[in-house]
Amino acid sequence: MTIYHLYIFDKFGTMLYYAEWNRTKKSGVSREEEAKLTYGMLFSIKSFVSKISPHDPREGFLYYKTNRYALHYMETPSGLKFVLYTDTAALNVKELLQQLYSKIWVEYVVRDPLWNPGTPVTSELFQTKLDEFIKQSALYGIRNI
Amino acid sequence: MIIYGVYIVSKSGGLIYNLDSNVPRIEQERSFTYPIDLMLDYDPKKVSVVFNRKDGINVGHVLTAVNGMPVNGNTLEDGRDVETMLQNSENYPVNLKFCRPKLTTNEKIVQASTFYPLYAFASQLSPEPKSSGIEVLEADTFTLHCFQTLTGVKFIIISETGLSGMDMLLRKIYELYSDYVLKNPFYALEMPIRCELFENKLKVLLEMVEKTGINNLDK
Repeated sequence: MTIYHLYIFDKFGTMLYYAEWNRTKKSGVSREEEAKLTYGMLFSIKSFVSKISPHDPREGFLYYKTNRYALHYMETPSGLKFVLYTDTAALNVKELLQQLYSKIWVEYVVRDPLWNPGTPVTSELFQTKLDEFIKQSALYGIRNI
Repeated sequence: MIIYGVYIVSKSGGLIYNLDSNVPRIEQERSFTYPIDLMLDYDPKKVSVVFNRKDGINVGHVLTAVNGMPVNGNTLEDGRDVETMLQNSENYPVNLKFCRPKLTTNEKIVQASTFYPLYAFASQLSPEPKSSGIEVLEADTFTLHCFQTLTGVKFIIISETGLSGMDMLLRKIYELYSDYVLKNPFYALEMPIRCELFENKLKVLLEMVEKTGINNLDK
């Protein structure tokens, strides 16, 4: 099990934070371009899911899997979006994302007086705490190829 | 187990077949007093909720009946206009029935072609080399399973969440497709599938799977 990378977007699609751990392949475009592409894809998936759903969705899209990786998605009521790329065997990623939100994001970003909502997060404290949090999680594990 | 629908998308991204089985239709009926506290959009094709929600009636739901009388487009069955009727306070209290709109054939074609680029993006944005596109997509109300053949045809099943063995069912549908569609001399590739035999076999297969589960399929 492993974690590849993480995106945090705000409700307007601005990339607030990006971090990577075990990523082996770059998509060949700049980070900003890739973030836009990811956000665009998620936006389409969201509308696709709400259209095709047989009942009224509450949370909507949760994750997708390919044969190589899985993309997990969590959106808060305020429109903040957490996008975590893991391998396909990862379990309980939803809980991990919820903890990441309540224990790391709220503590070290929302309560940071120097952070303006809507701007990328540069806080070093957040970076180290996030890194610690991800590396301690059961999902991070040892990389098996 | 419930299977909501089966879609087949050709290699160029067009919907060539779809089957809706078992789409539940949940209707919400409620009586309203004047003035009505939902914002409605009176489109000639449908009357839908655009703001506010109440007792399971959500934004996007479509008006299907007024006082038990079916609504066609924005007129009642007896020819009266829904908008003028609902704006007249003398007609209240009124009983309105709403339900979640079904996808029309056109919308299905649009959604099928929306899935095509999503599949391509998913493989491009992969953090590992040589990734396929979306194989499983899960939302809280349904799961989508997709299988792409070597020739680029996509088979998509939309089912309830938490089912296993859908890969096998997808391959079984592929088998039916190759047996009863590709071997049909009147079928042209990339064109919508109109093969009675295929349709019947598929319905039998889905019925069997829904009744007895996926594990009884012969391999």
